[in-house]
Amino acid sequence: MKKYSLYSLIKNSFSYHENWQRAWRDPIPKKEYEIIIIGGGGHGLATAYYLAKKHNIRNIAVLEKGWIGGGNTGRNTTIIRSNYLWDASAGLYDHALKIWEGLSQELNYNVMFSQRGVMNLAHNLQDVRDLKRRTHANRLNGIDAVYLNTEEVKKFCPIINTSPDIRYPVLGGTLQRRAGTARHDAVAWGYARSADEMGVDIIQNCEVKGIKRNGGSVEGLETTKGFIKTKKIGVVAAGHSSVIANMAGLRLPLESKPLQALVSEPVKPIIDTVVMSNAVHAYVSQSDKGELVIGAGTDDYVSYTQKGSHQIVEGTLSAILELYPIFSRMRMLRQWGGIVDICPDASPILSKTSIKGLYFNCGWGTGGFKATPGSGDLFAHTIANDEPHKLNAAFNLNRFISGDLVDEHGAAAVAH
Amino acid sequence: MFIINCPYCGERDQQEFKAGGEAHIERPKQPTELSDDEWAEYLFMRKNIKGVQFERWNHAHGCRKWFNVARDTSNDEIKVVYKMGEKPPLE
Repeated sequence: MKKYSLYSLIKNSFSYHENWQRAWRDPIPKKEYEIIIIGGGGHGLATAYYLAKKHNIRNIAVLEKGWIGGGNTGRNTTIIRSNYLWDASAGLYDHALKIWEGLSQELNYNVMFSQRGVMNLAHNLQDVRDLKRRTHANRLNGIDAVYLNTEEVKKFCPIINTSPDIRYPVLGGTLQRRAGTARHDAVAWGYARSADEMGVDIIQNCEVKGIKRNGGSVEGLETTKGFIKTKKIGVVAAGHSSVIANMAGLRLPLESKPLQALVSEPVKPIIDTVVMSNAVHAYVSQSDKGELVIGAGTDDYVSYTQKGSHQIVEGTLSAILELYPIFSRMRMLRQWGGIVDICPDASPILSKTSIKGLYFNCGWGTGGFKATPGSGDLFAHTIANDEPHKLNAAFNLNRFISGDLVDEHGAAAVAH
Repeated sequence: MFIINCPYCGERDQQEFKAGGEAHIERPKQPTELSDDEWAEYLFMRKNIKGVQFERWNHAHGCRKWFNVARDTSNDEIKVVYKMGEKPPLE
């Protein structure tokens, strides 16, 4: 694999950039793999990458039913932060954030990680109390967080309407300066390129149709490209996790719902940070192309349609307009939906199951992108050692039986 | 976004309704005898089907009555609407 560098960029410019090496191969699946990862999104590709890199297992396949990064990896609003309330979540998400900080160099692929800060707004007294509490909790966990009053919010992001007369006035906010955004496609492509280089087979257009079991352990997978033998399967299928679980005769504590996002026409730089509001459910940032990237909420019914309802978008845009009157004449360019798998406690599952050799990485709900590198690293550890890492031990399936939930609903700085 | 045929009010937009999740989950008859596993099954585990699923809906901004719906979650097409207490239709 040729290293990307300024030299290679100049060299390839002489041949009009027509001779760049393919970033990853398009292999035919082998008869057997040591480990198969179902799902070629960011989390799945990162899992394969860390299995190869840190655990020295090279006989791995990643099966993707569409194209890599075409699911939720390419549909999210690219926000990265670690300001979670509970210790278990703080440990998990800050582990990911620390990897993000060196990821472009590690992968030799520019994931355009930009620590532009994430600000969360408070609109009522309860919000103020909750955000102050979370700021203290974050700082006790070594995560940077500051509480801002209304004037400081206005100073940090001048286009916010801080008038006391609006329906949900801005009473304050929190700021995590290390938080920010990254280019989501590049994350999938960067992990794919590096995993492929270490021998991982990335097999696209290959849908899993069934899981073959021998009593209490897995034997292989029925796919649209034939039967593939394996003793270990890592399922990283996001909204379709329950579909895969049903093939193995398991039920998961998940509901899959459409989550929507939209982008505006591109404009000159106007907002240089990420602003989220839990109470009115509106969050906005600006992409490097100049589009406003806006996240809306989920529908409350189970659906796999990747569409979502119009009134959800309308509600989000009305909140955006009240907070940012300057956007009143912006036109929206695209709207889309992704299917998110939501756990009852709004925390993920990175866990072994009752079936030997079957592992699940799911339940990230509306906020999985930020965790991509950490999730891959910890899930790789869990599969390789057949034991969770201490950072994901709390996120096991057993918590729904023991009652030891990681309840991040409303505590995690954004509505899930 | 779709139209739901409320058995009491007729066809209305989905946003008048509140989704109540998977239907026909029976409340345990003897809660004191349940094991932790059985509680987890009842409280948290869901079929989350891609395809036709039986679910409860409430006409929250209309008659406020509960009823059941058989809906294909892969395309949001509603197959059958039936009242509370009725058995799910066999497909």
